[in-house]
Amino acid sequence: MHDDDSHDQRPRPASAGAAGDPLAQGERQPTGKPAVEFRDIDIFYGKFAAVRDFSLAIGKGSFVTLLGPSGCGKTTILRSIAGLVDISSGQISIGGKRVDDIPIYKRNIGLVFQNYALFPHKNVFDNVAFGLKYRNVPKPEIVRRVKKALDMVRLPGSETKLPSQLSGGQQQRIALARAIVFEPEVLLLDEPLSALDANMREDMRVEIKKIQRETGITAIFVTHDQEEALSMSDYIVVMNAGLIEQIGSPAQVYDQPATAFVANFLAKANMLPGSVTLMDGKIATIALASGHVVKAAAPKALATGSAVTVVVRPQKLTVGTVGAANRLAGRIVSTSYLGGNAVYEIDIGAGTLVRANTLIDGQPLREGEIVDVCFDPLGCVLLDAQGLRIA
Amino acid sequence: MRADHPDREGKWAWRLTGVVTVCVYVFMFAPILATVVLSFNASMFGGFPLTGFSLRWYEKLLTNEPVLDAFRTSMWIALVTATVTTLLGIMAALALVRFEFRGKQAINTLVILPALVPETILGVGLLVMIKAVDQPRSMTLLVLGHILLTLPYVVLIVQARMVGIKRSYEEAALSLGAPRVSTFREITLPLLIPAVLASVLLAFTISFDNTSASLFWRPAGVETMPTQILSMLKISISPEVNALGTVMILLTVGIPLAGGLILQSLTWFKAGK
Repeated sequence: MHDDDSHDQRPRPASAGAAGDPLAQGERQPTGKPAVEFRDIDIFYGKFAAVRDFSLAIGKGSFVTLLGPSGCGKTTILRSIAGLVDISSGQISIGGKRVDDIPIYKRNIGLVFQNYALFPHKNVFDNVAFGLKYRNVPKPEIVRRVKKALDMVRLPGSETKLPSQLSGGQQQRIALARAIVFEPEVLLLDEPLSALDANMREDMRVEIKKIQRETGITAIFVTHDQEEALSMSDYIVVMNAGLIEQIGSPAQVYDQPATAFVANFLAKANMLPGSVTLMDGKIATIALASGHVVKAAAPKALATGSAVTVVVRPQKLTVGTVGAANRLAGRIVSTSYLGGNAVYEIDIGAGTLVRANTLIDGQPLREGEIVDVCFDPLGCVLLDAQGLRIA
Repeated sequence: MRADHPDREGKWAWRLTGVVTVCVYVFMFAPILATVVLSFNASMFGGFPLTGFSLRWYEKLLTNEPVLDAFRTSMWIALVTATVTTLLGIMAALALVRFEFRGKQAINTLVILPALVPETILGVGLLVMIKAVDQPRSMTLLVLGHILLTLPYVVLIVQARMVGIKRSYEEAALSLGAPRVSTFREITLPLLIPAVLASVLLAFTISFDNTSASLFWRPAGVETMPTQILSMLKISISPEVNALGTVMILLTVGIPLAGGLILQSLTWFKAGK
């Protein structure tokens, strides 16, 4: 796909500016300006810096997710595009036009809220038609486009219903229809799935993605749910404490976390601290704090004795495989049976617990069993003493 | 419920509760009932026993110029008070709920203060102030006084409703292209309607009913309904007062009741959701 290293970001503000490079979507469509561009955005609430040095260019038609824990600044960024939050410095452009001084109602953006925010006193038609009405679209055209939008969200014929007569999922579909019917420059989705129950959430995930593809609209999606982020996005912007930690495709942020934060936030990777004892070509031998010695692929030569952290996804750990290069003996502390696979917590000594998520055939292993946990030297990532990925 | 308490003690407790409840209701409603019943009494004296059914006291009321004058004055004051107070209340609540500014907490407290200060004190206070700046008592003063009395309640009512209207409704409207004034007109105001209606009714009722403060503030020669009744009572307890009282009851109970019914028919939408 893409060159793996080209989009990785160091988390420190000094280099975050490089994130302004257009993402791969821009490369696919080299003619267009980025649909949304942030340059050196700072946002303060009083003395509190909600977002610092945020730079990002979002290609036309791409689906970008801002992912991070609550309070990381992702919603603040989204609201700043809408004009609901004032930026303290920097500039935001939509479609190549600076919008810093443009009030929200002239920005031509579609906004979908966590709590749907359908106007409770207006029926579905009036809700969806609202944006068209303020764009002076003639009545017959409004009727036609509302119908088309309702078809698209698979709720045809619901024009006369009131929001209170709809289920949560249906309300969110209507909210989506309302936000895209006037073909906004960019669609902003603020945790639109978190108020829905689990089954509905997955359906809506697929649906939103499908509609985004069909309409070709640029979408910015805010979530704290890594599964949503991984399954829906073209690109993920991982944020923490107001700073960008990493920008990359789902596979990049998952397989090659740029920082300890990303490694930990996405799928809770196992972090095994240790120090390099030997370099042999591209393979480093590392003595772990837990007492084990493992081999790991290193992209560059590392000095002997340098502190590193070996990051291994639970899915890359196998239990009881024969012949693997790295082998950690341990005792199963807990077992979670998940049907086709099982998650084990394994004590490998010296107070170190690792999590392994492996496919199983039949019965899972029981707690207390002594097992070998194995992983491939190529199946891990090394972080340096600062918690940054060694590239 | 009685079946749940088969023991003697429980039975007596329930009986006692019943008796007390009836007593409380009698105490509450007997005076109202007496006024209404006596207003239809044919007797010359404004009291029991009943001597026959008659509408003569109502007829007499309709020809009693001072009473009609007082009625018109009270209606006029109540209408102006209700309108102005509700408008002010909406603006105040909007500012207090939707915006952050310095001294917000202080203003929030100050605005409900008139509801906590005894009315007599307010009455004297405003009067003293007027004298201090050497102004005569006037209708304007009376209306302003009533606005002062009713504003705290209206602000509280509208504020409570405003808090329940999620900001995201307004943000959604803005994002869809509606300027701020249109957003208020199309989204905020319709969702506020129950509170607006309640405010108008409450302000009207409070103003129409007010006696003690009005006694201080009314200009010479002007009577409101309550002060008129008071001065009529000073002369004698004429059955006419009962008729007038019944009309007052009808107005001050009937208007909120009618408002409640209108509100109920409006609650097909839920602003809280």
